[in-house]
This record gives sequence, C-alpha cells and structure tokens, in this order.
Amino acid sequence: MEQYLIFNQLNYPIISVVLLLPLIGAVLGLLFKSDKAQLWWGLGVTVATALASLPLYTRFDRTTALYQFVEVRHWLPALGLDYAVGVDGISVLLVLLTTLVMPLCVLCSWSYIKERMREFIFVLLVIETAMIGVFVSLNTLLFFLFWEAMLIPMYLMIAIWGGPRKDYASIKYFLYTFAGSIFFLVAIIALYVQTGSFFIPELMTHSFSFSFQIWIFLGCALAFAVKVPMFPLHTWLPAAHVEAPTAGSVILASIMLKLGGYGFLRFCLPMAPEATWYFMPWLIALSLVSIIVGGYLALGQSDIKKLIAYSSVGHMGFVTLGIFLLNDQGLKGAMLQMINHGVTTGALFILIGIIYERTHSREMSVNRALGAMMPVYVLFLGIFSLSSFGFPGTNSFVSEFLVLLAAFSKYPLVGALAIVGAILAAAYMLRLLQSMVWADSDGHGHHDDGDDHGHGAGHGHLLKDLNAREIGTLSFLTIFVFWIGFYPAPLLEVMDVSVTQLIDQIGNGLPPGGDDNLHQALTGWGNKMTGLFTPLRP
Amino acid sequence: METMLFLPELLLILLALVCFVVSLGNNPRTGFLQGTVIIFALLALFATTANYRQSGTLFLGAYQIDQLSQLFKLVLFAGLALIAWATPGLRGIAKRLHPEYYLFLSVSTLGLVMLSSAVELLTIFLALEISSYALFVAIPFRQPLSGRQQYEASIKYVLFGAAASGLSLFGMSYIFGLSGTTYLAELSPLLPGLIGSQPLAVVGMILLLCGFFYKLALFPMHFWTPDVYQGAANETTTFIATLPKIGAVILLLRLVSLAGVDISQLSWALGILAVASMTIGNLSALVQNDIKRLLAYSSVAHAGYLMLGVIAGSTLGQAAAIYYAIGYLLMNLACFFVLYHLSSDNRNLHLADLNGLYRRAPLLAFVLGAGVFSLAGIPPTIGFTGKFVLFTSAFQQGLYGLVVLGLINAAISIFFYLKIVRAAYLTSTTADSAPVAINFSSKLLGLGLILAIILLGVLPQRLLALAKAAVALL
Repeated sequence: MEQYLIFNQLNYPIISVVLLLPLIGAVLGLLFKSDKAQLWWGLGVTVATALASLPLYTRFDRTTALYQFVEVRHWLPALGLDYAVGVDGISVLLVLLTTLVMPLCVLCSWSYIKERMREFIFVLLVIETAMIGVFVSLNTLLFFLFWEAMLIPMYLMIAIWGGPRKDYASIKYFLYTFAGSIFFLVAIIALYVQTGSFFIPELMTHSFSFSFQIWIFLGCALAFAVKVPMFPLHTWLPAAHVEAPTAGSVILASIMLKLGGYGFLRFCLPMAPEATWYFMPWLIALSLVSIIVGGYLALGQSDIKKLIAYSSVGHMGFVTLGIFLLNDQGLKGAMLQMINHGVTTGALFILIGIIYERTHSREMSVNRALGAMMPVYVLFLGIFSLSSFGFPGTNSFVSEFLVLLAAFSKYPLVGALAIVGAILAAAYMLRLLQSMVWADSDGHGHHDDGDDHGHGAGHGHLLKDLNAREIGTLSFLTIFVFWIGFYPAPLLEVMDVSVTQLIDQIGNGLPPGGDDNLHQALTGWGNKMTGLFTPLRP
Repeated sequence: METMLFLPELLLILLALVCFVVSLGNNPRTGFLQGTVIIFALLALFATTANYRQSGTLFLGAYQIDQLSQLFKLVLFAGLALIAWATPGLRGIAKRLHPEYYLFLSVSTLGLVMLSSAVELLTIFLALEISSYALFVAIPFRQPLSGRQQYEASIKYVLFGAAASGLSLFGMSYIFGLSGTTYLAELSPLLPGLIGSQPLAVVGMILLLCGFFYKLALFPMHFWTPDVYQGAANETTTFIATLPKIGAVILLLRLVSLAGVDISQLSWALGILAVASMTIGNLSALVQNDIKRLLAYSSVAHAGYLMLGVIAGSTLGQAAAIYYAIGYLLMNLACFFVLYHLSSDNRNLHLADLNGLYRRAPLLAFVLGAGVFSLAGIPPTIGFTGKFVLFTSAFQQGLYGLVVLGLINAAISIFFYLKIVRAAYLTSTTADSAPVAINFSSKLLGLGLILAIILLGVLPQRLLALAKAAVALL
C-alpha cells in the first residue's frame, strides 16, 4: 500500500479531525435547548472546522501528485475494507470550499429558520461530515457510505424546512440520487470482484479490459451525472433548489453538485481511461446541451430561485465540458469553475434568501426596483450577478475562459456552441439585475397595477437594507470573487501537479481496434458522432 | 453427552409443558408467563452457547447438531426472547388464551429449532409441520374473538400451508424415487449429477423447496402473506414475520447446497423466482396503506434479496444469507415493536396513524426510522451491509443480471419506506399529539434494537466470521 502514498506530513490526523468535528458537534449540539444557543453552537463548530482545515492548504505539498495527509486504519479486514482518507490536488480545494461555506450556511439561517432549530443544526452538521467524507475517502466503499449518508439529512432538510411543494421536491431528490447511486454500487462491487480491493489509489493504477471499463464508466457516470446534474437528468435540481431553505440551496449548489464533478475526476477518468475517450463525444454533447438548455430555461423563469437553479445547470455544464475535453486547460478550468460556482451561486442563493425573508416572495415581479431602498443589497447582487455570467475581473471569467480556450484549441465547433451558453448567461442575469434594481424607471409601471401580491415597491420604506451579519456573510464571498478573478495562480498551483498526473494517466486517445462486441456494435455511431467534432482547421 | 446436545430442545418442550399447566388454571398472569418464556428462551440460549463448538448426530442420523444448526438455534432462541420482550401484555389476545398463545409460540419455535437440525427428508417435513400447525391455531386468537379477519387469515394460512406441504412431499417423492435415499448426507454426492442429467430432479427440488418458499414468503408461495399479516394480531404477526423466515433460510441453505456450487438449471429457476419475488413485493408495497400489509409485501421482496446469497452458493454467499436473515429479524422486529406499542387498541395501523410520531414518542419514531432505513438498505445499518455482502457474493459468481435487477428493486423500494419515515417524522397533526407512554423495559429494548441495527452494520466481521464458520461444512 505504501507505494501509492505520501503519509501524513503533520503529526496529528488532520483529516479525521476535520471529518469528525462536525459530527461530534452535531451530537453535542443536541444538549442545547434554546434556538440562539443552537445557532451559536452551529456557527462555532463550523468555524472551528474551517480553521482546523486551513493547514490542508498551507501545509499542502504542491510538488507531488500523491495523496497527502493520509490516514489508513483497518476496519473490516475480512473484506479488505479500510478507513483510508487523504487528499490530493483535486480534492483539497473542494474540502476547503466545504469547510468555508458551511459557516455561511449557519449565518444565512439565522433568522430564516423558525422551527425545530435543534434538528436543523444537527442535520446541517451531519451533512458537513458526509460531504467532507466523500472528498477525502480513499476507499470506494467508504466513499459510497458517505455518498449515501448525505442523502437522508438533505432529504430531511428539504422535507422539513422546505417550501410549499417540499414533499414532491424531497422525494424526487431522494429517488433520483438513490437510483443513480445504485449503479455506482454495482460498479464498486465489480471493481472489488475484479481486483479484490476497495483502495482508490490502487484501483487507479490497474488497467482493466476495455469492455470492463465501458461498464464501470457507465455505472459511475450515471450516479455522477445525476448529481452534477447533466441534461437530461437535471430535473430534480430546480425542484429541490426552489423548495429547499436557503442553507439547503447553498449546500446543494455550492458543494453537492461538485460531488458529481469530483466523482468523474476521481473514478471515471483514471479508472476507465479508454472508456472515457470512447464516451467523450457523447459527454461533450450532453454538456453542451446542459449549457444551452440550462441557459435557455433560465431565460424564461419568473421565480428568481428557479432562474438561479437553471443557471446552475448551465454552469455545471461548463464543468463537465471542461472535464471531458481531457486536456490541461479544460481540467483546470473545470475544477476552478467548480470552486467559482460554489462561491457565486452560493452567494446568489443567500441573496435570494435575504430578499425572501423581507418580501416573502421569490417572484421577479414582486422583488423589483430595490435599488433605491436597499443599496447595499443591490451592490452585492450586482457583484455576484456579474460574476455569475463571467464578467472579466470576476472569478467565473477565469474558469470559463480556460474551458473555452480548451474547447477552441481542440474542437472549435464545441467552443462556438459553448459561447452561446455564455451569452445566454449574460442575458438572463442582466434581465434579472435590470428588473430587481431598476424595473421602475423603464416604463413597466409597477405602482398598484392590480398587483395581487401587494408587494410592489410601494412598501419600499418597509424593506430594511442588509444588517451586519448579512454584510459579513456576503463580503466574505466577495473576497473570493475578486481574488480568484485577479489572481487565480495560487489555486491553479495547488491543482497543477495532480491534473498533469491525471492527464498522463488518461493517455491521449482510444487505442485503435477495440476488440469486443459492444465496441463493434457502437463503433458506427461513435464514428459519426466523432466526425461532428473533428477540428475545423484544414 | 447427547442429551446435553438435545438440551435446548428439551427446555423448549418443558416451556410448552409449563404453559400448558398454567392454562389449566383460571386466572393466568401474563407477566409471569412472559417472564417464563424469556427465561426459558435465555436458558436454551445459554445451553446452546455452552455447547456451541460441539457436534453430533441423534436419532439414527436424522438429527444433526453442527455449527450451522447451533448458530441458527442461537438466533431462534434470542428471537423468541426478543419477541416475548417486545410484546408485553399481549393486548391483542383474549386474556384467557394467553397461556395457550405462549404454548403455541414455543411449540412453533420448537418446530423451527428441529428444522435447523433435521438432515433427513421426513424429519424435515415433520419439523416443518410442527412449526406450521402451532401457528394455524395461534392466528385466530386475536381479540375480539367475534372478529372475522383473523379467521380468514387463519384459513388462508392453513390452505396455503397445506398446499405447500403437499408440493413439498410430492417433490420429496421424486427425489427419493431418483436417488433411493432420504438422508441429505447420502443425497449430496448423488444430486449434482442427477440435476445435470435428469430434469425431473430439478422439478423435484423446486417442488421440495416450495414448502420453504411458503415459510419465507417467496414468490409463488407468497400469496398468504398480506392477508395473514393483516388478519393476525400484532403480536402474532411479529412472530410470523420473523422466526419462520429464519427457519426457512437454514433449510434452503442445506437443500440448495446439495445441488453443488456450480450454476445449474436449478440456480436459474431460483434466480427467476427471486427476481419475481422482489419485483412483485416492491411494486405491490408501493400502493399499500395498511402498514402491516406494506411490511408483508416488503417481506416478499426481502425473501427475493435473501435468495441471491443462497443461489450464489459460495461460502460468502451463504454467510451473507445468514447475516442478512439475522439483520432482517432485527429490523422487522424493530418495526413491529413500534407498531405493537403504538396500536394501543389493537387495530391495524395505517400510514396516517404514524403522523407526528416524532413528537408523540421520539424513541419509537427513532426505532421505526432505524428499522425502515435498514429495510431500505441505507448505510450505516445492518440492512445496507447485508445487501452489500449479498450482492457482492452474487457478483462474484457472475450473476450480474440478478445483481442489477436486485439493486433496481432496492431503488424502487425506497419510495414506500420513505413514506413511513415521512409520516413519522415530517407530518404532524395537532389532533395526534397525545404522547405514547412506554415503560422502561420497552425503552431499553428499543435502544437495544437501534444499537444492534447500527453496530452490526458498522462492525459486521464477527457475525460474518461466525456465519462463514457455520457454512464451511455444507
């Protein structure tokens, strides 16, 4: 086992600390009775976890692609199942994203959650442990356990604290995710039966037969495509986002969707490289459809939260597009896009939560012309909207630019189609911004025009601008918008070696002459599809 | 020495006699009876534990004590004690019938215990009938005695039971006709060859197994399940839903392993039954509203999952089947324990009756949640680990189709299990806010069940090692 790893460079088990802090906090938190104490406790635990996770960044060795801070403990020797955790350049940033976003989830629930506070904080902290667990697991079964462990608390979060259609949304979320992960479990069993191991670094170095890779790829990809979510498996996301409470939406958007992208990078690419090349055209096509369909649907929404939910489908399309372009810029762009989407879309959901607390509506027609009464709110809304459609100088610009660069250098047609998505993003975000900030001044006359909701700008004096807690939450995320926007080098540096290693592992193409039946059967289609994407250059 | 090996059975017979003597009196004391049952079950448990490593044969080789039978006896005795513990007071049974009720429970358990040691076809049949007949009588005991559904349930149980026994005997006649012996030990070298060459042997085996499909509620012998679960009193259902399945598993393991480890026509036939059972069980459960009927269909589905390990036939597969059967006992017991305590007026509960359980009885809600999530196969419960080991063993034998179909079924089943959780945890009505009182010993049992379901799921190696050792000699 030693040949795969770098062991822990710190003299304490940092990952276990980060992993178990929220869980222990969740259990101890049950002792507090009052809601305020619960909130402070939740904030304390998440902040402590965030602080405890910082050495992962500062002490991270940027010169190696091996796993770092690794811990291995035997758990079920009969099956070869161990408690093995560690991070590499691909997962470390996502762990940090998780630990840094979670305190914000507590902060944005401060006045939003009104009932069953004790259970809420418990559920929130359990989700944190499960999500960190997925990113740090080096054992397929452990990965699956954490993957499934997220399911129940997230289901509860939507089903208890959700909106009016919470039953529908929570069941749909549960069924989609569970159905996807079932096939992932088959893949894990298949890998185990083939190699006798659950150990991810060991599985990554195995070379499997092509037909086996095909099945492994399909089994894993289905689970991750649901999570990302990729068209046509995306329909659970708008429902879940709209009904979930703010913290739930932030967790879903900022972290859970990243689990899908992370899964592709951790399982599909290294374990089934030839199958990855084989399926690349389909996945690129689906990513493009996600980008364009997500953007197009976002354009037609009148519910702000639904709009952002569909925009997530589009943004995550850039992530999968970057991943399956299978080159250096594409992968880095995709990973950076995951971080950026976590920051920006998380912030947008917090902003929606803030306005929902004030007007009790998420309709664009109700929440408009806020510019005059909530200047600070509008400032943040502007920053994050610009960031969302990749305005130069903000974080998303860097990542989308990298992905587009990768696309144009490989398949110009793909790049051209992806650009359409970027334009759509600008269109729907500007439409949102225009309506929420200025709607008043452009002749849409909102004053008492039979407005049943009774929430026009007429009651403007009732709407309070942001308080210190809300400003603090959003300012924290704003730092990242501009930091990554202007100086992404430190983050790229962290992932650099791991990405290079991953690209070496994938190789540079499907070996000619796949020799099995499935391949034969599909070759005709594959060639036709690949033909579409051949470089346009003469 | 041999008497020592037979001691657990003797203890059960003694228990039955004690219950019989008490039934002669006029004013039975239920608490005393319950305690007696638990104490005798525990004594039998200790007697088995003391001789756990022993083995031997009795009654001219028809009755064999080995690791496998010892392990199952432990489970059966522990199960009997737990069932008696989980249903204090026997509210659903007419007061004057309490001694007889416990008498029939112990006789039925005796039949199952004998089943786990029987290694000769006629002895097997005898044990099977002992365990069934006692239940035929116990089902109509439900209060009020003038009700109708318990008689319907009893008649259905008798008719299906008789049909299954008939098929089983018919199958035995084929097997005997082909091989000339009724001893499993003499059959085991002959049968793999016969199955390969004689279609009649496959038919005979399937017919023979029908008797156990009936006990396990596997398709096509599952039709009695929903009606009997619904018609029998809650405490009787708790018994029917748990122990007989354990008895069926051991015989399925013994009989199917006779056919050899290779994947044969028999395996395919069983595989089809397993998949049909899962699918029919899960799809029917989707539309149920009566919780006992829902759990009945869920048990049909679980019989299908369990068969995967039996069909895989490898050491791991058989061990997985045992492990899963034990897990199934625990999680089903957890569910029925909650139902029994909630249904203070002995009626059948509907999903809506669980509303707001989270407020009325937090502990019961948690026990129910653990049981249901375990049935659904969600980590970190024993239900997940069990399914995982089962599917892994089936995959190792190359039964890919079965694994995929099984997992799809697991995904379908999530829906109706979630309905239970949602009712208990998420819907709250002010009308139902009267708290449910449970006493200390029941609280203890509830906590114990939660711990067992989670701990055995997280740390399965001891139990799996025991199960592997038990099936090593099959």
